[in-house]
Amino acid sequence: MRTKNTILFSLISTFFLIFLISIWKILATLQGLSINSFNIEIIFIFGFLISLAHLGIGDRVKSIYKSIIFSSIFVFCDGYLIQKLPIWYNVGVFLILYFFTNKISKYTFLGLKEEHSTQVILFDFLTLFGILFFSFVILFPFYMMLVTSFKTQIALLVNPLDFSINFGQDIKDLFKSYFVIFKSYKFGKYIVISTIVSVGTVIITLLFAIPAAYAVARLNFFGKTFLSTSILIIYMFPAIVLVIPLYTIFSQLGLRNSIEGLLIVYTATTLPVAIYMLQGYFKSIPKELEEAAILDKLSWFGIISKIIIPLSIPAISSVALYVFMIAWNEFLFSLMFLDNPNSFTLSRAIQYLSGDAETPRQYLMAGSVVVTLPVLFIFVYFEKYLVSGLTAGSVKG
Amino acid sequence: MNDTLANTEKKTAYILTLPAVLLVFSIILFPIFANVWISFKEVELKDIRIPEPRAKKIVKSISDEPSKIKILYKLRNSSLIQEIRDVSFQDNFPKTFEIENLDPRCSYKKQNLKCEFGNWPAKYRENFQVIFVTNDGSKIDKKNLKSIKPKLKGKSDNILLNTNFTLKNFKKVLFENEFVDLLLTTFYYTFFGTVGSIVFGILTAQMVNQKFYGRTFMRSVLLFPYVAPVVALAYTWELLLDPNSGTLNSLLLNYQIIETPINLLGQKYIEISILGFEFKLRLALTTVIMFEIWRYFPLAFLFILARLQAIPKELYEAADVDGASPFQKFFNITLPQITAVISILFMIRFIWNFNKFEDVFLLTGGASGTRTLPINVYQQGFAISDIGMGSAVSIVIVVLLLMFMFFYFKLLGKRVDEN
Repeated sequence: MRTKNTILFSLISTFFLIFLISIWKILATLQGLSINSFNIEIIFIFGFLISLAHLGIGDRVKSIYKSIIFSSIFVFCDGYLIQKLPIWYNVGVFLILYFFTNKISKYTFLGLKEEHSTQVILFDFLTLFGILFFSFVILFPFYMMLVTSFKTQIALLVNPLDFSINFGQDIKDLFKSYFVIFKSYKFGKYIVISTIVSVGTVIITLLFAIPAAYAVARLNFFGKTFLSTSILIIYMFPAIVLVIPLYTIFSQLGLRNSIEGLLIVYTATTLPVAIYMLQGYFKSIPKELEEAAILDKLSWFGIISKIIIPLSIPAISSVALYVFMIAWNEFLFSLMFLDNPNSFTLSRAIQYLSGDAETPRQYLMAGSVVVTLPVLFIFVYFEKYLVSGLTAGSVKG
Repeated sequence: MNDTLANTEKKTAYILTLPAVLLVFSIILFPIFANVWISFKEVELKDIRIPEPRAKKIVKSISDEPSKIKILYKLRNSSLIQEIRDVSFQDNFPKTFEIENLDPRCSYKKQNLKCEFGNWPAKYRENFQVIFVTNDGSKIDKKNLKSIKPKLKGKSDNILLNTNFTLKNFKKVLFENEFVDLLLTTFYYTFFGTVGSIVFGILTAQMVNQKFYGRTFMRSVLLFPYVAPVVALAYTWELLLDPNSGTLNSLLLNYQIIETPINLLGQKYIEISILGFEFKLRLALTTVIMFEIWRYFPLAFLFILARLQAIPKELYEAADVDGASPFQKFFNITLPQITAVISILFMIRFIWNFNKFEDVFLLTGGASGTRTLPINVYQQGFAISDIGMGSAVSIVIVVLLLMFMFFYFKLLGKRVDEN
C-alpha cells in the first residue's frame, strides 16, 4: 500500500511538473528562443526523483532549503548541461521548480498512509492543473490579439512564433496599426456610432423597462402572469428567425443603414431580460414605503421616480451595464442592417475589414483590441454588479 | 371605493406596460408571423424594393435663342421586374415661363406642369422634353431651375402583400437541399457544444469553489470569453489556427508533433486511426465546436458555481466523518445537488446553440461541412437572395425548437413526478 501510494504520488506530481515546464517552454519559444523539444523524458526522470527524494528526506532538512536545493540541481542539469539557454529562461525554471517543491512539501510518508490519500493528492493536483490550464487556454488568444496588433506584417510572416515586442522603437512605429485604423479606416467614427447605439439602447430600454417592471412587480391586473411568462419565452426566442422579416420591413420603411433602426431592434431584444431582472429586484423593496407615498397622494410617476429608482440604483446600474454590453457586442443585426460604411458599428466595421483578404492582420487585431477593451474594462471594474446579475438573468449569447 | 381603486391600479398597470409590450410585439412576435407569411411566397431580395418612378432633370439652353430653354427629363421605372400604374408628374417653374410645346398628356397651369403618364412596365425608360419661353426676355437662371425637383407618384403592387402562395420553398428545403446533412451538422454542433460547455463548466466551478490564492481574479478571467465581442474572438482564433502562419500550427511544427500544417478550419474530414480502427472526423466542425465550448462554458461555470456555493457545508462535514473519499463526495453530494441547474443549463444552451449564427459565420462562413440551419437561413436569404427560402428555413428552425421544448418539458415533468 505504501509503495503503491508513493509511486502514484510521484507520478501525479511529475506529470504536473511536466505540464508546468511545457507551458513555460511554449511561452519562452514565443519570445524567440529556439526550443525544439519538450525533453519530456528528462523532466520525467528528474521530477520523479525529486518527488521520491522529497519523501525520503522528510523533515530532516528545513523545507525552504530542500526546495532551493532541488530547484538548483534541476536548473543546473536541465538548463546548463542539456540546453544552453539565456539566464531569464533558467530563472523561470528555477521559480517553477521552487513553486513545485513548495506544493509537494505538505505531503509526507505519514500522510500517504491515510485513507484516500492518493485521491486527495489527485484532486489537489487536478485543481492546480485546472487553474493553470484554463488560465492559459483563455488568456492566450487575448495575449495573441494584443501582441499581434503591435507587430509588423514582415515580422509576422518571417517568424510567426516571435511574440516579443520591441519597446525600444518609436511610439509611432509601435502603435502604427492603431494610427492606421483610425486614420485610413475611420475607426474613430465607428467608435462614436457604437457608443451612440449602445448608450441609446441603454437609455431607451430603461425608460421602457422600469415602468413595465414596476407594474409586473407591484400592481394587479388582468394578464399579469401571462405577461411575465411570455417575457421569458420571448427571451429564449432566436434572433436568426427575426432577421428576414425585419430586413424586408426595414428595407421598405427605409430604416436600414440607420442608427434608429438598430436602436429599435436592440431595445426590443434587450427589453425582456431587463424587465425580468428589474421586477425581481423591485419585489424585494418593502411595500410600506409605497403605501406611505400613496397616502401622500403621490402619482405612479412620483412613486417610481422618488421611491423605486433611488432604492434600486444597484439593480438598475447592473441592467444598464448588461444592455450596454449586449448592444456593444451585437453582430447579427448590424451585419444584416448595415451595408453602408458610413453607418457601421465597430463589430461590423471589423468584419468588413476582414472581408478584404489584403487587409494586414495586425490591423484586424488592432481593431479587435479596440472593440474588446471597453467591454473587458467595464466587466472587470463592475464585476460584482455584473456577476450577480448574470446569474439572475444571464446575458443571451 | 375599493373597486375604483382596483380599476385605477389596472389602468396604471396597462399604461406602464403598454410601451414595452407594443415594442416587443412589433419587433419580435410580429416578425415570427411575418416569417410564416413570407415562407409561402416566392420572393427574392430584389422584389422587396418598392418600385419607384424616377426622373432626372437636365436643363439645356438653346443656341441662338437666349429666351428659350429646353428641359429634358430622363424618366424611368426603378424596378426591373414590376410595373408602376398611374404615374403622375409635377414640376414648378418661375412666373415668367411659358410653355411652347405641350405634350398631350400634360397640362400647364399657374407655373405648374402636371402630367399623367399612365402605366410604366418594368425597366420602362423615356426621354421627356419640354421647351419654355420667357416672356420678359430676362436671363434664365439655370441653377435655380435645376434645383427645383419634380415630384412623381405611382401605384405598384407590393409583392409581399399579395395573396399568391406556394409550397415550393418548403419542398425545396425538405427534399432538395441535403436537408438530412444540414440537420445532422446542426445537431452535432448543438449537442456537443452544449455537453462540452456544461462539462467544462462543472470542472471549472468545482475548481474555483476551492480556496486558493487569486480566486476572484480567476473567476473574472474565466468569464472573459463570454463577455468579449464575438467578432474579435473569432478573428483571433482564425489567426491562431491559420495553416500557413498561425501560432498553433507553427508551435506544433516547431516541436515536431506534426509534419505538415493542419488546416483546422478549412478541412472537412481528417482520418484518424485509434487502435487500428480508422475513422473520419469532421475536422472543421470539431474546431467550430471547440470554439463554441470555449466561448460558452463560462455561463455554465457561473450558474454551477452559484449553486455549489449554496450547498450546505454540513453535508461535506458529515461525509468526512463517514470517511468518504473526494470522488465519493463529488459523485454523491455535489453532482445530485447540481442536476437541476444542469438540466436548465442544458435547455438554455441547447436552444441558443441551435440558433447560433455569428460564431460559425465568422469562423468558416459555413464552408467545410459547418453549414448549420441558421447559416442556411443567411445563405438562402442573402447569398442566394431567395427571401422566401430563407424564411422557410427559419420556420423549420422554429418548428424544431418547439418540438425540442415540448419533449424536454414532457421528459422533465416525468422526472419531477418520479422524485
